Amino acid sequence: MIRKENLENIPALAENPIKNQIIEAFFDKRNQHGNEVGSFQEIGFEQFVMVMSHFRPPNLKTTKEEKQEMRKEKLRFLFNMHDTDGDGIITLQEYRKVVEELLSNSGAMDQDAAHEIADAAMLEVASTNVPQMSPEDHYEGITFQHFEQILKDLEMETRMFIRFLDVDTTTMHCGKATS
Amino acid sequence: MDFSFTRQAAAFLIVCSCLCVSAEVSTPAGVTLLPPVQPENGPQSYPNAKKSNLPVFTINYSRIQIPFEITLWMLLASFAKVGFHVYHKITIWVPESCLLISIGLIVGGIMYSVHEEPPAVLSNSVFFLYILPPMVLESGYFMPTRPFFENIGTVFWFAVVGTLWNSIGIGISLFGICQIEAFGVQDINLQENLLFASIISAVDPVAVLTVFEDVSVNEQLYIVVFGECLFNDAVTVVLYNMFSFVAEMPVVEPVDVFLGMARFLVVGLGGMGFGILFGFVASFTTRFTSKVREIEPLFIFMYSYLAYLVAELFAISSIMAIVCCALTMKYYVEENVSQRSCTTIRHVVKMLSSISETVIFFFLGVVTITTEHEWNWGYLLFTLLFAFIWRSLGVLVLIPIINPFRTIPLNLKDQFGLAYGGLRGAISFALAFTLPESIVRKHLFVTATIAVILFTVFLQGISIRPLIELINVRRTNRKEDLINVEIHRRMMEHTMTGIEDICGQWTLHTFPDMILIRDSRPESGIVALYKKLELQNAMEILDSVSGDISSAPAIVSLHEEKKGSAKPMKKFLAKDLNNMHNILSKNMYSIRQRTVAYTNKHALPNESQNREILIRRHSSIRRSFRPGSFQSTVNDHEATSEVGYPLRLPQSNHPRCSTSGAVMPLHRLNTLNEFPSVEVLNEKSPSHSASQDSSLPDCHFSTNNNSSADDLRNEEGEEQRPLPPSPALVAEPRNNTHGNPLLRRPQWNQKK
Repeated sequence: MIRKENLENIPALAENPIKNQIIEAFFDKRNQHGNEVGSFQEIGFEQFVMVMSHFRPPNLKTTKEEKQEMRKEKLRFLFNMHDTDGDGIITLQEYRKVVEELLSNSGAMDQDAAHEIADAAMLEVASTNVPQMSPEDHYEGITFQHFEQILKDLEMETRMFIRFLDVDTTTMHCGKATS
Repeated sequence: MDFSFTRQAAAFLIVCSCLCVSAEVSTPAGVTLLPPVQPENGPQSYPNAKKSNLPVFTINYSRIQIPFEITLWMLLASFAKVGFHVYHKITIWVPESCLLISIGLIVGGIMYSVHEEPPAVLSNSVFFLYILPPMVLESGYFMPTRPFFENIGTVFWFAVVGTLWNSIGIGISLFGICQIEAFGVQDINLQENLLFASIISAVDPVAVLTVFEDVSVNEQLYIVVFGECLFNDAVTVVLYNMFSFVAEMPVVEPVDVFLGMARFLVVGLGGMGFGILFGFVASFTTRFTSKVREIEPLFIFMYSYLAYLVAELFAISSIMAIVCCALTMKYYVEENVSQRSCTTIRHVVKMLSSISETVIFFFLGVVTITTEHEWNWGYLLFTLLFAFIWRSLGVLVLIPIINPFRTIPLNLKDQFGLAYGGLRGAISFALAFTLPESIVRKHLFVTATIAVILFTVFLQGISIRPLIELINVRRTNRKEDLINVEIHRRMMEHTMTGIEDICGQWTLHTFPDMILIRDSRPESGIVALYKKLELQNAMEILDSVSGDISSAPAIVSLHEEKKGSAKPMKKFLAKDLNNMHNILSKNMYSIRQRTVAYTNKHALPNESQNREILIRRHSSIRRSFRPGSFQSTVNDHEATSEVGYPLRLPQSNHPRCSTSGAVMPLHRLNTLNEFPSVEVLNEKSPSHSASQDSSLPDCHFSTNNNSSADDLRNEEGEEQRPLPPSPALVAEPRNNTHGNPLLRRPQWNQKK
């Protein structure tokens, strides 16, 4: 069984700005294709593979519907990374946090700039999805539909997958999990 | 007394003159062997009218004639090229090849009027051995590989089958025309017609590519035209050789046709094989050249040229060989060689090809006036007509066949662009000009070729730009993405890297990489990704520094604007949004860049897939962030000087390229000591400390320098203290494998 500390000990991952979100994603129950919320304390191999299944590459045989499904899955994965409290909506705070993390390594950004960016992003989503909202309304947060909508131009199929071409012991140095 | 004296004097005289004559006969250089004799009172009538002394000033033209004339021609053509860019407007509307031909025409006119002959530089061997390889090497080296390989099927299909279609179609139609008695060309048989047709079908859309780039036409069309241009050269030359061989045979049998096809395959595939082989050998060699940086470019050129020559040796397609060699080499070589060598290679490749092309077009202009022409209106007009018809037919027939296999089909407008972009150029001319004399109608062919070239280059070249804009060919989508999209794109990429790290699946690690890349050990995903830093972002910073400096003050204003309220419905000005885009793009790493920046034929690539080091202009950026100096003209001037060097840059929205910081005046760098404000974007992470040999003083000369990059990075990784340029810092990066490969971006905050 893997615990969070095991994943955190991977040195290569240390430099990733959204390391915490990624690790969190492995332990997130929502990524298990079930309907649970919350997070595990430790995961077994099955759960690990379930999470990895989000990154299946499309092959020639996948039909259009399957591709849509896979895209939706991947978007769901990303959405869950944002939505840390599991309520199905990305609020401004959550978004801000993510943007902060993403920009954190650059060092130049202080919080306010990151917040501004997050605000602008939320505004974009709001204006695209709920165009008739007046400036005084409070935009609750990004739901999954809005998320999908705003990212419909983003080309995911060619990016978000891992291809395990050569699954022998020399290339598979699975992370230092020893438990 | 007197008598004996005069006898003595006379004797002396005779002896002297004899000796002088003999001396001058034996030593034409005019060194006399005798000391000057001066009798006291005899007449000083030496019969040495031909005595010559050591020449102080001679002229020996015949010794240097050939190199001298070649150099003069090249210089003249290059001056012409320089002259065009004085008037910027011209180059937008008139493609460069047109201008070169015009200048050639003028010079040819001058020469004709003084009854001079152009220098006989353009013989068969000279062209094929010296002038053609640089042009093809440049095309191969700067081919954008990823789009190329994505479209490779179309490219090959169109290049090979399309050229065959064109040649055979034109040949047969012309043969049909020849049968008509009215034109008086019945003596041209089928073989010769086919030969001529193969010459004519060599497409050279240089001008078109420039236009496409300017108009930022969609990537598919661009790459198909580009690839077609390249490979159809190979096909044409093969066909040319085949047909010229066949043309000299009295009878052609079906066996010969089959042999021809077999030969075709051998030639094509053999060329590719040789090229790839030499490419690998070259890459392997560059693995060991870390101590001999100065001659690294030499290896590249020698290997490519060797590939070309060896292919010529076996009479297989040398163009394919050199192109494949360049394609193979490029990736590995650019990993292995130092940055300076990389830049040198690119510059030299561009320069050589530029020379070749210039010479060819110039020569074309001259030859047009000075050779004897054989006009035959019927033949000429029909050639033009058929060339156009068959190309259009070819496009219309072949593209729909290949379209189902493409992920992004080429629509009708693209096809129009493809058909109309079939300009003929240098290769056709050279092939026609170097036809063997045994072809009876050689002059007719030359004239026809020149006519076709002139027609297509001038008419189609000039008109294609308005036409493309008129029919509104699908453009590449280079608009800015939504902020969300940008954020999430980065997020995805970081996620993917993280997942890859967790799985230990490092994507760079392929078998050829292990052998051919020095220092090729598996790197963690993030480090490898940070290796491929965006040049574009850096360029944008530079651009924003020198050109559009609005980002800097706006960022400052962003900080001032913090209202403290978390109300998400604040309105954002467009300017702010722009700034945010800038911030995002500059602070998040775009890991795999998707928009391809193309390579203008006449300029260096401005974004060659994230593989260039940028020297930050410390002082200029720092200066720009000082409040008062945003609009400083010095910055602008520097920007223009940077933009203007060395070649004409594409007029696209892409940031300007500065391939080497050599333009920077030295005085700007004395501020290096003050702030570690910016850093050098270095695609080679510190673990690739291969080129740490360049010492720190080089920093001051604004050359690409890994060590300064690493210094600055170290500095910023630790403290924000100023960067003393001490030699001690050079050693540090070597130990800094785990250090911070992340880049610290410009410290805007510091100035507050």
